[in-house]
This record gives sequence, structure tokens and C-alpha cells, in this order.
Amino acid sequence: MLKSFVAKRAALLTACVTACLGATALSSAMAAWQPTKPVEIIVPAGAGGASDQMARMMQAAIQNNKLSPTPIVVTLKGGANGGEGLMDMLGSAGDPYKMVISNSAIYTLPLANKLPFDWRKLTPVSILAFDNFVLWVNAGSPYKTTQDFVEAVKKEPAGAFKLGGTGSKREDHILAATVERIAGVKFSYIPYKSGGEAATQLVGDHIKVNVNNPSENVAVWRAGQVRALCVFDTEPMNYPAKVTADQSWKDIPTCKSQGIDFQWIMLRGVFLPSGVTPDQVAFYQDLLGKLVETPEFKDYLEKQALKPSDLKGPEMVKFLEKDEALYRDLMTQAGFVATN
Amino acid sequence: MEALESLLHGFGVLLTFHNMLLMLVGICLGILVGVLPGLGGPNGVAILLPLTFTMDPTSAIVLLSCIYWGALFGGAITSILFNIPGEAWSVATTFDGYPMAQKGQAAEALTAAFTASFFGSIAAVMLITFLAPWIATFALRFGPPEFFAVYLLTFCTFVGLGKESRHKIIISLALGFLLAAVGMDTVSGELRMTFGSVELLRGFDFLVAVIGLFGISEILLAMEEHLAFKGQEAKIRLSVVWRTWLTLPRYWLTLLRSSAIGCWLGVTPGGAIAASFMGYNLAKRFSRDGANFGKGKIEGVLAPETAAHAAGTAALLPMLALGIPGSGTAAVLLGGLMVWGLQPGPLLFVEQKDFVWGLIASMYLGNIAGLIIVLATVPLFASVLRVPFATIAPMIIVSCAIGAFAVQNAMFDIWLMLGFGVVGYLFKKTGIPLAPMTLALVLGDKAEDAFRQSMIGLDGGLGIFWSNKLVGTITTLALVMLFWPLIGKAIELVRGSGRSVPAGGESSRA
Repeated sequence: MLKSFVAKRAALLTACVTACLGATALSSAMAAWQPTKPVEIIVPAGAGGASDQMARMMQAAIQNNKLSPTPIVVTLKGGANGGEGLMDMLGSAGDPYKMVISNSAIYTLPLANKLPFDWRKLTPVSILAFDNFVLWVNAGSPYKTTQDFVEAVKKEPAGAFKLGGTGSKREDHILAATVERIAGVKFSYIPYKSGGEAATQLVGDHIKVNVNNPSENVAVWRAGQVRALCVFDTEPMNYPAKVTADQSWKDIPTCKSQGIDFQWIMLRGVFLPSGVTPDQVAFYQDLLGKLVETPEFKDYLEKQALKPSDLKGPEMVKFLEKDEALYRDLMTQAGFVATN
Repeated sequence: MEALESLLHGFGVLLTFHNMLLMLVGICLGILVGVLPGLGGPNGVAILLPLTFTMDPTSAIVLLSCIYWGALFGGAITSILFNIPGEAWSVATTFDGYPMAQKGQAAEALTAAFTASFFGSIAAVMLITFLAPWIATFALRFGPPEFFAVYLLTFCTFVGLGKESRHKIIISLALGFLLAAVGMDTVSGELRMTFGSVELLRGFDFLVAVIGLFGISEILLAMEEHLAFKGQEAKIRLSVVWRTWLTLPRYWLTLLRSSAIGCWLGVTPGGAIAASFMGYNLAKRFSRDGANFGKGKIEGVLAPETAAHAAGTAALLPMLALGIPGSGTAAVLLGGLMVWGLQPGPLLFVEQKDFVWGLIASMYLGNIAGLIIVLATVPLFASVLRVPFATIAPMIIVSCAIGAFAVQNAMFDIWLMLGFGVVGYLFKKTGIPLAPMTLALVLGDKAEDAFRQSMIGLDGGLGIFWSNKLVGTITTLALVMLFWPLIGKAIELVRGSGRSVPAGGESSRA
């Protein structure tokens, strides 16, 4: 107890010294910024979804480890697939008490819906993690490998296989369209409201396949109700602990090794509104830097099989540019970009 | 009797002073948020969620689920006293609850509502206790066509069994569908009818609409008519509770029917709202005194409350067993489960016995404790009606505004609430029922998604709604309900071909 207290004090002192030194380098008069009222995490998604869970976990980890001097509040603004939350951030220029945890909606909404949003009008802080996508089928189905599955889809008339996913013209839909192109198959894409719905619909055999994130399917996977065929990444997920009776996340082969050469990962990144000061950004980068080291966060990453990330600042911007170009390209090919 | 053993184990986990205290605190807080329109269960639970991060999961869920029970109980209070549904599922409770309060029977109505709530909850908890695994598999049989069939059944029940004239019900429904379509369309991924407005992106929130349609419009009406609520003579002795209880056994069939509807709709995520409406409409149809529904019949309070609570309780089952929240509050609780390190899903019942059975045991105890607390407060709440209208009306408006604001922390919603208040006033003046519109506003979007999801794929065609026994039965039942007035007439004709049927019987009465 005392030891941790001392350690914390020491850490605080170090942080303070570092921050002060950094500040002195910039301008001698500027002091490190600290919040003086509660900080709001905007979740551009519905209650209970992956973004909401992440925000609650952050709230708990920051609160339990006393990482912030003021409380953290979670606000759900999930209207229009998150457009509501993003537009709210756009309108909060200069407010350092709001951060948003966003996924690739920052590209899809402006492209597919002509929402007047651009992530460049926010201040990128850091990317906390990446989410993978896995090709899943019902455990009762005869397809043991990706090849089996692709063969079977090819044999049936085009569109006989129903693929369920979250929403329309978003990550799952883009991925489905790209797989169709690469593998030379055709699905009927069924849009659901959430990944959880897509998971139960797969278990109930109302759809043949889904491309859920690991966290969306982990419960039914552990219960032996679905089978993982491959993961859309360049290397297997790095979690070797057994999740089901005989499989770990690491045991799922990459889709590349199974003949579908495509990488598809989704960012989970934190942004501040535009017009915040470098001091304020530094505070949040520091806060999130400490957050990712907490046992709560590490445990969360493993449970949800998320890919850790330390992208921030200019590297994060570089990634966003590249990622956005990829989305634009794939969405154009699939015909998802709004034209009117 | 494995279930009984597990349940006893659950009681063992629960019966500590600490947990019992949390239970009482939770229920009182829940009643409070339930009474404030708009604040409601989901918000109450969300606000208190951070407090539970450091608790052990069982204590945390006991506290939060008791807020949920409290909110379920509390939602009926404002419906009955002021015609303002505290929760979405309390809308149907206003139909007879408010007229009862106006006749000076507020205490009877409250007692009936609370008792019915308790009955419905206990029925659903028993279902969860003994049939949980079986029900979880049943819920998996619901694909898009099945969901659509359930929603269709709800709408058809309304049109076929409603007491207002059919065309007015349909006008109201259609307007509700129109409003429900605003915002993001799941199936096409396009924005609809937002006209470039950021405020309209999220569509119309049901709670904001309900607060305006029912609450504000009621105040407007009351201002027009003598500036007074008519419930002042409410008797406020505790003995009312006993006297009301004595009359309840004769409605056993209504209670059982509503419990069954509630359990069914709660498990198949049709929701507590649909359940309360369907419970009400069926009770009216099958009651010997159906014509007097809407004028202050105790049965009209019992039926929706029982169904809503059975559904609200049963909605926790899909959340625990499938990770699919059946209601808004369940969705927030789901977020909590993850924070406490629990993974909802088929294995939760196997791996987290303490937690699951602790929760189930808390459903029993929480509801018993809740019933005692709310019944004790009946005189208190009923006496609110003695406060002069001029004093209470501003308070109601302020609390409505706070409620509307709290839903999304948006000032725009307060204007929207006032707008809906005017719409509600006009509806009441022209005799167009409000309930179909609110129903369509909640379920319209879901029904549309389910219908269009059913139409995707090679087997798309209306035949899909008769493609298996389950969906075929529900769809057929829906059509029977829709044409019930005609069918009823036909039966009458056949049966009484000798007797003369009074012209303009069932269907044209309006």
C-alpha cells in the first residue's frame, strides 16, 4: 500500500518533471494542463456494443487507478451509426473535456452518407487498439476450412449464402464485398443492428456466415456454437491461451494462408475536438499511455482479442491517411460511395 | 430439482447484510428514477454504473437490478396520477389508470398496478428459474421473418381490437411509422428525412415523444378545462390496499394471460412495450365488460402492468444467456457485466453459478421488497393529487423537460417535447388515439428492418412468412387479429342466423 503510494508519487513527480521540462522547452510560462471538471467520453455507438464496453472499461481503469484528477463520464451518442457523436465532436471546438472513441465510422459516414465530417477537423490523440475480423460459420455446418467453405459457396447459385453483418456500407459490408471479389463468390448480405445480433443469427442458422470481430463472437465460440475459419490479418492473433476446449485465438489461421489475401483491421482511436492546446493533448496522451499499462486494460485486450497499438501524434495521422485511402478505394469498387 | 438447489445456493449468496442493504437502496433509487418521466431505468442504471466498478459482481448486479425493479414499479405512478408514462411500457397503464385516478380511485389503481407488476415479475422469474436453458434455445429460432411476424401481430392486435374507429388508429399508426423512419436506415445504410440537420440524425427518441404526447398535452387540456385535475378526493388510507387485494382474485385469468404474453415477448425481443399493449388489448377483447375499458376499469390497469413486468423481467434472460439485451436497461447492464469481468453468453450459467443464481434470487427478493416499499407509499403518492393544479403543473412541466433533456443531453429534445405536446393536444381534440403512434414509433423501425432483411436473398417473397410452423402460426394469428371484427361478425351471423343481428355491430361501433 505504502509502496504503491510512494511509487505513484514518484511517477507523478516524474510525469510532472517531464511535462514541466517539455513545457519549458516550448515556452517557459506555460504550466502542464490538468482537467478541473469531469471529462466526457463520447461513445458514437449504442449501449452494450464494443465501443461502449471499451469506454466503460476505460472509465473503470482510470477511476480505479486514479489516473485522472476528475471523474470520467460516459455519454452515448449512437444516432446515425455514430454520426451523432462525431458531429457533436465537430461542434465542440476548443473543448478539452470531451474525447471520442471512434472506429472507422470516421471514414465510412462521410463517404457513404455525405455527412459533413472530416477527422482532420478533430485532434487525433492515439489509437488504443485494433480490432480483427474473423470469418465464422455455424459449428453444425460441414465447412471445416476456408477452402471447404469457398468451394461450397461456388457450387450454389449466386447469393444463396446469407452473410450477416453490422449495418450497411460499413466495415462488415465492405469486407464482404471485397471477399466476394477476391474469392469470386457472391453472398446475400443481411445488415443487422449489431454484431451481437449477427452472432445469434449465425447460431440460429438464419445466416450461413458472418465476419464478426472476435469480441462479438467469443461467447458463442466458447460455447462451441460457431467455428472460426480464418482471420483477416497478415499474422495470427497473438493470444496463445486456450479460449475454447481446444483452440486459442492464435490457432485461427490467417485468411491469406487460406487463399483470401486480404488484411482488414479496424482502429479504436481517441480524438479530441479541434482547437485544443498542445498541453491538453499532452495530458490525454499521457493519461492514455498510463491507461494501456493498467492490468484492467491488458486484461480487456486479451478478453476481446484486440491488437495492441501505440500509434499517436504524426504516426497516427499517417496511418489514418493510409487507412482512409484504403476505405475510399474499396468502397468505390463496391459502389458504396454516395454520388448524388 | 437441480434448479431448486441452485436457487437455494443463490439465496445463500445473497443473504448478507451488505447485499440486502444494497437491495433496499437500489429499489428506492429505482422508484425515484421511474417516477421522473424520461429519467427512467436505462439512465438510472447508467448513472450509477461507475459506483459498482469496485464492487464484486454479485453485489453490483443486485444493486443495479434492484434499480431496474424499482423503475419498473415507479413507472406506473405518474401514468396513473398524471397520465404521463414514466416509462415507455407504462403507456398502456394510462388508458384505465388515469381515468381511475380522476374518479378518485388513485389508490386502488396504484395498488392494482403494483400488485400486477409483482405478479408478472414473479411469473417471469419462475420461468427463468426452471426453463432458462430451454428458453435460450427457443429465442435462437427467431430470424428476421419471425421477428417481423411478432411485430405484425402487435400492430394487427391494435387495429383489430382497438376501441377507436379503425381509420383513426391507422392514421395514428402511419404517422408513427413516418416518424420512426427518420434517421439512419440499417438496411440501406442511408440517412432518411434528416434534411441535413444534425439534430435529426438520431431520429425521434421515443421517450421524448411520449413525454410530450401524453404529459404536455395533458397539461394543455387541463389548462383548457377548469385548470384542475379531478382526482382530489382520493382516499388515502392504507386499508385501500387490502380492499383492492380482495377484488383481485376474480381477475386471475387476465393476470395469467398477461403473464404469458409478457414472458413470451420478453424472451423474444419484442419487448415490454409491445407486451403491455398486447396484454391490454387482449384483456379488453376477452373481458365480459370490454366496452367499459378506457373509462377506468381495474382490469385495464392489471393487464398491461402484469405483461410489461413479465416482459421486463424475462428480457434479462436473453441478455444473460445470449448476450442480446432485450431492453434499454438490459443493454446498460450488459456493459456492466463486461466491466465486472463477466462474459454473457451460453457459458455464463455454467461458469458463473454464484453470479447467475445470486441474480435470480435477487429477482425474487427484490420484487418482494419492492412490492412492500411501493405499497407503503401508495397513500403518499395518491395524496400528491391533493396539491392544487396551479402548484403542481409547473413542477410537472419542469420534470418533463428535465426528463426529455436527460435522454440525450440535448436542448433540441425539449423543443421537440413541446412540439409533440401540441400534436398530442390536437390528437386528443380530434379523437385520434395516441397509443398507436407511440407503438409505431418504437417498433416501426424494427419491423421495417425485419421485413426487409426477410426479403433479402434468393427465397425473398411473402411466402417466407409461412416458411415454417413458428412464423406461419404467428403470421396467421396476426391476420386473424386484424380481421377480428369481421370474423367476429361472421361467427355471430352463422351462430344466430335465426336471430337478427343489430346493424352496425362490433366493427362500426366507434
